[in-house]
Amino acid sequence: MSTQTSDATSPLIFDLGQDGRATRYVEAGKPLDQFLPDNVLRRDLPLPDNSELDVVRHFTNLSHRTFGIDLGFYPLGSCTMKYNPRVNDAMAGKREFAQLHPYTPDDLAQGALQVMYELERSLASLFGMAAFSLNPAAGAHAELAALLIAKKYFKDRAQTARDKVIVPDTAHGTNPASAAMCGFKVISLPSDERGRVSVAEIEKVLGPDTAVCMMTNPNTLGLFEDHIHEIAAAVHDAGGLMYYDGANANAIMGNVRPGDMGFDLMHLNTHKTFTIPHGGGGAGHGPVGVAAHLVDYLPTPVVRATRKADGDPTAAPSDQFVFSLDFDVRSSIGPMRSFWSNFAHAVRALAYIYANGAEGLTRVSQLAVLNANYIRVKVAEFLETPYPEICRHEFVASAQELKKETGVKALDIAKALLDHGMMAPTMYFPLIVPECLMIEPTETESKETLDNFVAVLREIVETAKRNPASLAAAPVTTVVGRVDETRAARHPDLRWEPSAMSVSS
Amino acid sequence: MYTPHTEADVRAMLDAIGVGSLEELLEVPDVVALKAPLDVVPALPEYQIARRFEHFAAKNSGVDYASFLGAGSYRHYAPPAIAALAMRGEFLTAYTPYQAEVSQGYLQAIYEWQTYICLLTGMDIANASVYDGATALAEGAIMALNANGRKKLLVSRAIHPNYRAVLKTYCDGLDVQIDEVAITAEGTTDLGALAGAVASKEYAAAVLQSPNFFGNVDALSNAAFDAVSASETVPVAVVAEAISLGALAPPSTWGAQIVAGEAQSFGVAMAYGGPYAGFIASTKEHLRRIPGRLVGKSLDAKGRIAYVLTLQAREQHIRRERATSNICTNQAHCALIATMYLALVGKTGLRDVAALNLERARELATATSSLDGVDLKFSAPFFNEVVVDVHQPAGNVLAELRKRRILGGVDLGRWYPELSSCILMNATELTTTGEIQTLANALGDIVRVHANV
Repeated sequence: MSTQTSDATSPLIFDLGQDGRATRYVEAGKPLDQFLPDNVLRRDLPLPDNSELDVVRHFTNLSHRTFGIDLGFYPLGSCTMKYNPRVNDAMAGKREFAQLHPYTPDDLAQGALQVMYELERSLASLFGMAAFSLNPAAGAHAELAALLIAKKYFKDRAQTARDKVIVPDTAHGTNPASAAMCGFKVISLPSDERGRVSVAEIEKVLGPDTAVCMMTNPNTLGLFEDHIHEIAAAVHDAGGLMYYDGANANAIMGNVRPGDMGFDLMHLNTHKTFTIPHGGGGAGHGPVGVAAHLVDYLPTPVVRATRKADGDPTAAPSDQFVFSLDFDVRSSIGPMRSFWSNFAHAVRALAYIYANGAEGLTRVSQLAVLNANYIRVKVAEFLETPYPEICRHEFVASAQELKKETGVKALDIAKALLDHGMMAPTMYFPLIVPECLMIEPTETESKETLDNFVAVLREIVETAKRNPASLAAAPVTTVVGRVDETRAARHPDLRWEPSAMSVSS
Repeated sequence: MYTPHTEADVRAMLDAIGVGSLEELLEVPDVVALKAPLDVVPALPEYQIARRFEHFAAKNSGVDYASFLGAGSYRHYAPPAIAALAMRGEFLTAYTPYQAEVSQGYLQAIYEWQTYICLLTGMDIANASVYDGATALAEGAIMALNANGRKKLLVSRAIHPNYRAVLKTYCDGLDVQIDEVAITAEGTTDLGALAGAVASKEYAAAVLQSPNFFGNVDALSNAAFDAVSASETVPVAVVAEAISLGALAPPSTWGAQIVAGEAQSFGVAMAYGGPYAGFIASTKEHLRRIPGRLVGKSLDAKGRIAYVLTLQAREQHIRRERATSNICTNQAHCALIATMYLALVGKTGLRDVAALNLERARELATATSSLDGVDLKFSAPFFNEVVVDVHQPAGNVLAELRKRRILGGVDLGRWYPELSSCILMNATELTTTGEIQTLANALGDIVRVHANV
């Protein structure tokens, strides 16, 4: 990984190249003033001209300074960093998908629509929703869609006084941020001593102003909200809607469904649960799902299927249909983005579902939970685990005691893991656990990898007790050490400036 | 199934945990337990998955038609070096670069992307990407709303109809009103009407797209800019066809403070609509209002140059309900692809591609408008799209073209009732003279038959 490169810094692409050196991919164009009046033309275009080889070396070098799942263990809690099967990319890269224009008439894009239909139907069954829209581009985007649905639903019922969204204190930051983008006021709900939302606590805040209760189950502590059914009933009795944050859906497939738990709305991060590569921070894919009473509010377009008169009864079920995009959904909140879906990702997600089927997905969740619990019991031997009970796909450990004893923080432990060729867990989240390390191994890791991780973590904790100062400098084997974040924020340098070229050369 | 567990592993791990079975690990209250079997697509071995997707692919016959579709998604040449580099596992399987020490490569690439977007748009700063062009517009508009606290937006009717629809979706959530500015006979925004409207001092932003939805260059005139400035309205530009930035004066030249755009044209596949790469750039004064990730240059403990995600106090994971946006995952990998595209083509290549687009679009305009019964609708300078008036329902003409395996463009009547006889046609460097001739011949036949009926 990154330790192979000795130089601390790669030159910027802007510091490389010479005018006229660019490899030519098209013929030379005619002078622009043949086509357009001078006053609308660009005067200068200060981009570097580099040869293809120099560009290839530049980005290959950058890849060497970047850590992905392909390089090592990635126990980033709440992010579900599982293996991304290559067959998914091969399917998404097919010419007939990659080069299909979004305005291709429906009858000439039936294959793409069938992919979207099969994915949508499969997700609806897996999670107990009446329907999904594949329109939103990522999880937070789908959250926003869901809350816009709730807002419109209440407006149509003349219940505009419902302006409160209830969010547990363990919730992902996107939950309150999405609520604010819909003009809702956020009520933060404290977790009980079991790390869960209690029925008594939520009843205190429910009322005629309740719009939505946003929850994830299992929650971000990795714990199953075992009173979810009563919570949902209480919210529904107050006239509110239940929203399921699907970030932790890798824990529940084939086990329990949001629809059966009483949720009316949900989103999925198919780039977590369904093995779409994270790509360094996107693109994601965020289907939004609804129960039957909300299907007319889904963002547009949605895929419709009509049974063929002359279908082949021996073919697959979806081959009996013709498909179309419906832009005219009765009470729709409207479209969430330029075009229909992050379609290439829909291909990847469906390929993954084909690789597993219902039984396989059930086993995926079982093994994700097995891996998390296996690490949990081992880690509990040398680090505090504030919720010592069976967890789901992830669990939290705390370095609070260790910090009192040695001064070594969760941050130091995380940075020390980087020196061992592993990604750090999520740190300092959820906010209610001091010195929190949130660990999610996923199901694609072997017992040996988990054993190695536990051994490394144990060694780091022992080092903390023996020689705490040695961890303050970690990581030391990476291309750079800890980065001065204060300096970055106080003196924002967010781009290369053309004048810098003359200074540096 | 991609899970490495042997039965012995599972047994040993269950024993270590102290439970008897996987089912015991996942116990839930009866009342919520799964009641019926799941109905998902069946499990297939990998070679049969490939076969199933061949079956789907074969039903997308539109990819084999001669296509003049544009309207926000463009067919451009992408050097294969992009795929070879972008599909490297280090990039593809990385998470958002929170751990800077092991993410220097990706962070630097995003810093380079931010720089490219600034250089192309003439802005001071750019973020690490947003979902696409339409959401960039929505997020850019929110920046303007936060800048001056007003609750209305003024947008040109020549902005992509989908972008305006998405803006409305977002504005419904924020209880913000959108007013539209009419289009002139030349096919550009009515700047006189715009200048008159902003005088009310009620609008947070005045938004133009260039090239606009009809392909025409659109910009604030000096007089319109003065009116916008005098009313303290934020001028916002939309760029849906980023290749145009290789030829056209950047939006900074007519005073835009925020530029919202789509970088799909820089090597990102059309892929039936996504994923694409939205961008937001702005002048310095809007720095604290920009949504999403920003990469900054700093130093490490030993004084070495190091890149890091910065100004995170704007973001949802720190600020929660007071964040500038709820955006978390963005479009990093698409932005990486666009960065690679720009690095490969350079200034020389980008200018050449832009010039070839201008040339082919003029070929297309001449070949169609020289037919009897076919005219260009507008007269404004255009980039790589042109509005062709066929003087009969555009939908019928497009259906006839489809019979001849031609996707002739987009029927503008879908959004503009007064343009129901007009087709929006696109040509890029990949459009051949032969394809243009085939289209012109077919269009001539179709229009002639109609004239004789």
